[in-house]
Amino acid sequence: MAGVVGVPTELDEHGRAVMDARDVSRALTRIAHEILERNRGATDLVLLGLPTRGVPLARRIAQRIEAVEGAPVATGSLDVTLYRDDLRRQPTRGVHHTEVPPGGVDGKVVVLVDDVLFSGRTVRAALDALADLGRPAAVRLAVLVDRGHRELPIRADHVGKNLPSALAERVGCRLEETDGRDEVLIG
Amino acid sequence: MRRHLLSVDDLTTDDVAVLFATAAEMHDVQRRAVKKLPALRGRTVINLFFEDSTRTRSSFEIAGKWLSADTINITGKGSSASKGESLRDTVLTIAAMGVDALVVRHGASGAAQRISEWVDASVVNAGDGTHEHPTQALLDAYTLTRRLGDLADRHVVLVGDLTHSRVFRSNVRLLTRLGARVTVVAPPTLMPSGVEAWAKQDGFATSWDLDAALPHADAVMMLRVQRERMSGGFFPTAREYTVGYGLTRDRLALLGDEVPVLHPGPMNRGLEIAADAADAAQSMVLDQVSAGVAVRMSVLYHLLAGEEPA
Repeated sequence: MAGVVGVPTELDEHGRAVMDARDVSRALTRIAHEILERNRGATDLVLLGLPTRGVPLARRIAQRIEAVEGAPVATGSLDVTLYRDDLRRQPTRGVHHTEVPPGGVDGKVVVLVDDVLFSGRTVRAALDALADLGRPAAVRLAVLVDRGHRELPIRADHVGKNLPSALAERVGCRLEETDGRDEVLIG
Repeated sequence: MRRHLLSVDDLTTDDVAVLFATAAEMHDVQRRAVKKLPALRGRTVINLFFEDSTRTRSSFEIAGKWLSADTINITGKGSSASKGESLRDTVLTIAAMGVDALVVRHGASGAAQRISEWVDASVVNAGDGTHEHPTQALLDAYTLTRRLGDLADRHVVLVGDLTHSRVFRSNVRLLTRLGARVTVVAPPTLMPSGVEAWAKQDGFATSWDLDAALPHADAVMMLRVQRERMSGGFFPTAREYTVGYGLTRDRLALLGDEVPVLHPGPMNRGLEIAADAADAAQSMVLDQVSAGVAVRMSVLYHLLAGEEPA
């Protein structure tokens, strides 16, 4: 999760939807095609979702790639909790599941998938976590929303929607798998 | 979770569920080429062992190292304690070096509790006398959960030297709390005094008859006969103990080959457990050891990784 855990209740009351289910679906379809185009096919591709909402997003992108290419795409999850730089700033966090596909990540093109890109600290932690798993040929980043305000030199390769936001604003993402419906809110 | 882990009573069932979920992730890390996580970088964990130990101490040491904590071992033998320094002075001296956690094993029941009152560091009880050994209970329950799934209504039989066993005391508390049905089996001389009242309160059964208990078991936990804590006279001969309470080849047949057999180690082969049982496919002894590292990583992580409590 980048920046927000789930959708804060304030967003529920005062938030404005900036993407609905069809927007989310179209964005993921485009990202799937971008990944394929950039990678020239699905060979050696591994999609790793960052828990919690990056995981179902990675699965959905994989399904779209499979539909186009007709071959399965390795998908997994990569928990970054133990690599975070703010562990000591809050009560101990629970750890999410890390699932590396059977082929591993060595020599693969790994696409990290997350819902909201904000400070970039989650992605920094993910790069460290990934380095402990092996040596990918390349690492790319796909996010549903890029809300800006980076604190580290990190950028996304594939972005569903660029969403200019004020630092004080909250951006939240809901997904069918975790929250019962698809939408992105700002408020 | 609280700041210390002194007893399994410090843990709610929710805490146990969180510890197990984290332990499962830590367990996966053991299969990686790089078995190191940065979560406790810059933290210092001291293993302070006043009693002999191989697996618990090395397990805590590896757990700390794999979480990137600096881990140092101090044993009672060869430390200032053998020059006559009091426990309190030894502990305060070490704490003054700026440690974040003390993992303590001591021959006196309640030692870890006392130490936790003297220092600011987190204290983990790695066995105090005949009182408690909470991380052993956690790793046993975790091993059983991985093998059997939810422990609710599962029947676990604990056998052996109950009087001297802190493993028994911690295990029976934790297992009953997780909903397991527990029967403890021991010869009358090794059944702790007052066990009936305790059994009634915590809801477990006691028995002197191992052969009657085994056919109904979903898991069997053999406990070590602690000769070093016995001043003699608890049973006439080792042979007699084995005949009555050892997990022999015949008793293994009573169990069938699906029921997991646990032993916290070190095993007295031929006394409480036959080689056939110790080496059987259903023996979980080595699974317990690898689970031990994962569970201790989980404990250290949850005690030390977060912010200092205000």
